[in-house]
Amino acid sequence: MSYHFIILGTQDNPLFSYVLGTSKQGGDGQARFPPSAAHLNQFVLHSSLDIAEEVQWGTGHLYLKCIDKFFNNYISCFVTGSNTKFMLLHQPTQQGPGVTTRSSAAIGANPTSPQTEEAIRAFFQEVYESWVKTVMSPFYGLNKEIRSPVFRQKVAAAGRKYL
Amino acid sequence: MSNLQPSKSSSAKEGLRYPSSGKTIYTRPLNRTKNAEISQAAFAYLFGEMISYAQRKVTGIQDLEKRLNAQGHPIGIKLLDLLLFREPARTQVRPRTIVEVLHFIKQQTWVHLFGRQADRLEKSNNADTPEEYMIIDNEPLVNSFISVPKEMSQLNCAAFVAGIVEGICDGAGFPARVTAHTVAEGEMWPGKTVFLVKFEIEVVDREAYLGDRK
Repeated sequence: MSYHFIILGTQDNPLFSYVLGTSKQGGDGQARFPPSAAHLNQFVLHSSLDIAEEVQWGTGHLYLKCIDKFFNNYISCFVTGSNTKFMLLHQPTQQGPGVTTRSSAAIGANPTSPQTEEAIRAFFQEVYESWVKTVMSPFYGLNKEIRSPVFRQKVAAAGRKYL
Repeated sequence: MSNLQPSKSSSAKEGLRYPSSGKTIYTRPLNRTKNAEISQAAFAYLFGEMISYAQRKVTGIQDLEKRLNAQGHPIGIKLLDLLLFREPARTQVRPRTIVEVLHFIKQQTWVHLFGRQADRLEKSNNADTPEEYMIIDNEPLVNSFISVPKEMSQLNCAAFVAGIVEGICDGAGFPARVTAHTVAEGEMWPGKTVFLVKFEIEVVDREAYLGDRK
């Protein structure tokens, strides 16, 4: 399973971006995206914004769960109170003939299973906490890029813990 | 590119200085301990300075109120997510309707800022202005040590609070204009203030559309 996590501001402008791989089931935390995916992922994530903006008025919950699918890419979304969006693109590893089969309950094997949903919720919740702390900084304004290396470490730690 | 994974040595190259205790804003808890209140005297002093700062080179009372409003606006946006984060997980929901936003302001926000709820919420009686709502505070805390000179009787320094309210409305996706007006009510509440919340017309339209869909 490979993940691409971005934070988008209210003007749909990217504020933060992070690529990670799974650390569960002996994963090494490295993303296994094909070389072309770096650009493609951004397109896929942004194209899901329309759906996110529709779904967010249907439910008051911050976590919108998995809202979109594009071939083998699944997109989960989390909307904060001030309409900043956390988007996570997750791409299950293609099961090649040489790969041993994993149990279906494992996070990542089945991107829409309740277990995966819960893991992503926990990840988003932890990032949300760090993000609110960023926002509370008097030197940070709305829709500004997040450059703090500490924030990046926090996101990486949350990824290792839950994804 | 910012989305590349940082290599292990990159943090040393950033040239950022970390506090020697290793504590950053990320290690501080967001939940407030009980009774962590600031002194009203300190606030009154600071607020007085904020007003005189805003008063420099202003063209008129409206301009002054606009500047006070602008000082409050970013606070509102930040406060919205902080208060939402502090909600218990079950009730952690984004406000989706005008009434929910106003309740959030009247209850959570007012309690957080002033230690009590706002006194009343009202909808405009005028059928021509369905987008107008009023938040009423009988005795705004920010005005407790502010005396407005006679020639500026139009001024209400709670414009600062109006800015906070506007920030919350804007942040939650309900763009609005918020202004503070003094509406004295006899001897009892001489400083009674009405916060007039005027939502953009598209907010009312969206509300009607979402209401129909249910």
